[in-house]
Amino acid sequence: MIAATEAGLVRQHLIDPEICIRCNTCESTCPVGAISHDARNYVVDANICNLCMACVPPCPTGSIDNWRAMPPARAYSVEAQFGWDVLPAELSADDLALAGAAAEASLADAPPPVSPDALGKAEFDASAYAAVVPPWSAERAIANLYGPKAAARSVSATVVGNVRVTDVGKDYDTHHIVLDFGSMTFPVLEGQSIGIVPPGVGADGRPHFPRQYSVASPRNGERPGYNNVSLTVKRVLEDHQGRPVRGVASNYLCDLKVGDKVEATGPFGLSFLMPNHPQSAIVMICTGTGSAPMRAMTEWRRRLRKSGKFDGGKLMLFFGARTKEELPYFGPLLNLPKDFIDINFAFSRRQGEPKRYVQDAMRERAADLAPLIADPDAYFYVCGLKAMEEGVVTALRDIATKAGLDWETHGQALKRDGRLHLETY
Amino acid sequence: MSAEDILSDSAGSTSGDRFVEISYDDVIPNNVALGSDKQLQRALEGWRPKYLDWWSGMGPVGYQQSEVYLRTAVGVDPAGWAKFGYVKMPTYRWGILLAPKVEGRTIPFGRHKGEPAWQEVPGEHRALLRRLIVVQGDTEPASVEQQRFLGATAPSLYDMRNLFQVNVEEGRHLWAMVYLLVKYFGKDGREEAQALLERQSGQMDNPRILGAFNERTPDWLSFFMFTFFTDRDGKMQLAALAESGFDPLSRTCRFMLTEEAHHMFVGETGVQRTIEATCAAMVKAGVKEPNDVEAARQLGIVDLPLLQRKLNFHASVTRDLFGADISSNAAEAFSSGIKGRFNEGNLKGDDHLLQDATYPVTRVVDGRLVVEEAPALRALNARLLDDFIVDCQGGIDRWNKSVEKAGVAFKFVQPHKGFNRRIGEFAGKRISPAGEVLTEEQWAAKSGDWLPNDDDMRFIRSLMKPCHEPGKYATWIAPPRVGVNNQPGDFEYVKIA
Repeated sequence: MIAATEAGLVRQHLIDPEICIRCNTCESTCPVGAISHDARNYVVDANICNLCMACVPPCPTGSIDNWRAMPPARAYSVEAQFGWDVLPAELSADDLALAGAAAEASLADAPPPVSPDALGKAEFDASAYAAVVPPWSAERAIANLYGPKAAARSVSATVVGNVRVTDVGKDYDTHHIVLDFGSMTFPVLEGQSIGIVPPGVGADGRPHFPRQYSVASPRNGERPGYNNVSLTVKRVLEDHQGRPVRGVASNYLCDLKVGDKVEATGPFGLSFLMPNHPQSAIVMICTGTGSAPMRAMTEWRRRLRKSGKFDGGKLMLFFGARTKEELPYFGPLLNLPKDFIDINFAFSRRQGEPKRYVQDAMRERAADLAPLIADPDAYFYVCGLKAMEEGVVTALRDIATKAGLDWETHGQALKRDGRLHLETY
Repeated sequence: MSAEDILSDSAGSTSGDRFVEISYDDVIPNNVALGSDKQLQRALEGWRPKYLDWWSGMGPVGYQQSEVYLRTAVGVDPAGWAKFGYVKMPTYRWGILLAPKVEGRTIPFGRHKGEPAWQEVPGEHRALLRRLIVVQGDTEPASVEQQRFLGATAPSLYDMRNLFQVNVEEGRHLWAMVYLLVKYFGKDGREEAQALLERQSGQMDNPRILGAFNERTPDWLSFFMFTFFTDRDGKMQLAALAESGFDPLSRTCRFMLTEEAHHMFVGETGVQRTIEATCAAMVKAGVKEPNDVEAARQLGIVDLPLLQRKLNFHASVTRDLFGADISSNAAEAFSSGIKGRFNEGNLKGDDHLLQDATYPVTRVVDGRLVVEEAPALRALNARLLDDFIVDCQGGIDRWNKSVEKAGVAFKFVQPHKGFNRRIGEFAGKRISPAGEVLTEEQWAAKSGDWLPNDDDMRFIRSLMKPCHEPGKYATWIAPPRVGVNNQPGDFEYVKIA
């Protein structure tokens, strides 16, 4: 994932001090050491937390499962959290606008934070429907082989490819970077992510913390049979107000040459995983570099299909960007057979056309999506900027409701059965 | 996208030591590769029917054929260890689960500090280790026995489910200890495993080893106080054993701690919800004076002074579980690397050897309380008790917060360390909750104000009426803020057969 401090709103993980019983389970479970405590509270360090969800199921109280959309500059510090008796309220849309995070220009290709019909209601919490368990047929994932609590803090990888995957333009520059792990073990599944440790130290004199990126390659390697993975990295050159800021990790990665060495951590993530079941349908909804895990899943299914070992299993993709020039992998996507994947683009800044977001494209396909919401073998994946979460899940709710499906029942089933996965940043 | 296609079905299914598969096919779910040790497997398969006999004879009374919404651990990774679903208790999958092995782990304290952790029992420490494991193991079935009659008076299906969850997990903890005994202690271990099923809580001829585990848990307030205080003793002991140089014990205890957390949750929120119901009813009825016991009791709630007396009782009885404040056994267990201190690995600014260090211990000298510096090695039990008292205080502070929030003028306090003790420096001494040394007469005159009296117990018994309708709660307890596994308020946690 793009580092929390480099793009959009951060999805900050917090612990409710009113419900928490200070049992230390989360702190001892956290694979990256993001959770700590003082005599009063248990807290999560937003700079370290990678949203891997490892702490969520073991929590005996449910206090662990709290999230706030925050502009990075206003993310609650560890010190602030130590002082809490109660969780602070969600920031209002006005607060967010004031912080500049919701200003439309800054949201790039993301849809508006909340769709107009949801604004009428007090609160629609998309994360209430997000699964924390993988699909039942998912391959068993391995996580945290390298990190602060593992035997080795990081592993060295060699850059074996670095190519640009968007058209040339000044506002966007997205790279496809291939890393090879040589003889070191680094097993990843589609949907998992890895951490990259930028060299050197930050302004505070401390080493940079690792930034996370979803892998864009399938389980048997970017090049099948090789011990390599690919990443999709967008170069960050300005902040949300358009002021020039060079993203530490993204510029480091985009400037790498073949043969360079990088330090990696991970793999991370045990729930955003694809089903192996051959009849399972996959609905992928993404914006920008959120396409990385979708590319990985699509490519794995494509390889299976090409081998003749896979027949059914519908694939549907909703892919949003400002313009088609910004879409990573646009060319290769168009070459995929129509009977293999059903692709729907949504462009928000096309000259002479009205703005169109991924949820608009989804509503147009309501007739095809509604049966999938009710189908226990259909799985939904959402990846991109945090702001798309509400819009997408609201669209799913509306599609279900219009089709006469009870949303609470089906929404809870999506969560319970590991069928709706949100990975936003 | 990539041009080449090489396929292998098994790609990605690499397995490492951190993710040993649970053998679902085996009779006993485990992540210790039980199938590869036939002798051990047979020993445990032989023990299992006896365990099930014990469960049906001494486990929860009634509800054995009810469908209970339970959490089962099927693996030790975050995805695997909280599977929720309806289960009949006798078919609960009790298994043997150890936390993942940490490669290169060394012994963190004592004279073997820095040496690689032991994967087998070191001969010289065999007897001491076995004793520690037996004492820990004995508490697990004991608490199930103590709580076996509570199902009939559950104040809600939610609470009934929590009780049974605690019970089956205590059962699993017994399995965990029996695994260590059978795997590492040969014939002696097998005999101890058998004896764990033969001792019975409160039985005159063959009681459980520790005193507090022979007391009855007669009502739900006792259950909540027990899980708050006594299971917290379990947490402290497990945390100290999780530091052990004997790696299988350390890994076992680390995984048990994650389950123990749930038990303390049940206790802390059970008392908290009782307090919430009391304060809400008092405010609604306009009862301002928390000591107006009669007014409160007429509202069908537990008055706060009675809760304080229950607190005093359970806090003091549980403190006795820490053993003699000054103990050469504790010193030996530490020096030999078998049992550490609470949070040993994170203790800064000390050598983890304690050869020359001292620790302040309170004792009674000439009728006065004095604090003396004792050799730290011999004062380890006193220290663990102090850590326990601090840990309890956090929960009590949160109880006080909800009293304060309701606008009621009352504050729960922990009694003095020496109050009502039978073991340790204060055994046989009469000390008030405030910490004054008393004469026998003074004690006799006041103890009824400090500990639950007959009147209290009669009143509590009168409140203990079952409430078995989904989403409904007895008058004296408030509903929880969050359902188990986020289930809605009217969820049917137990389908009573």
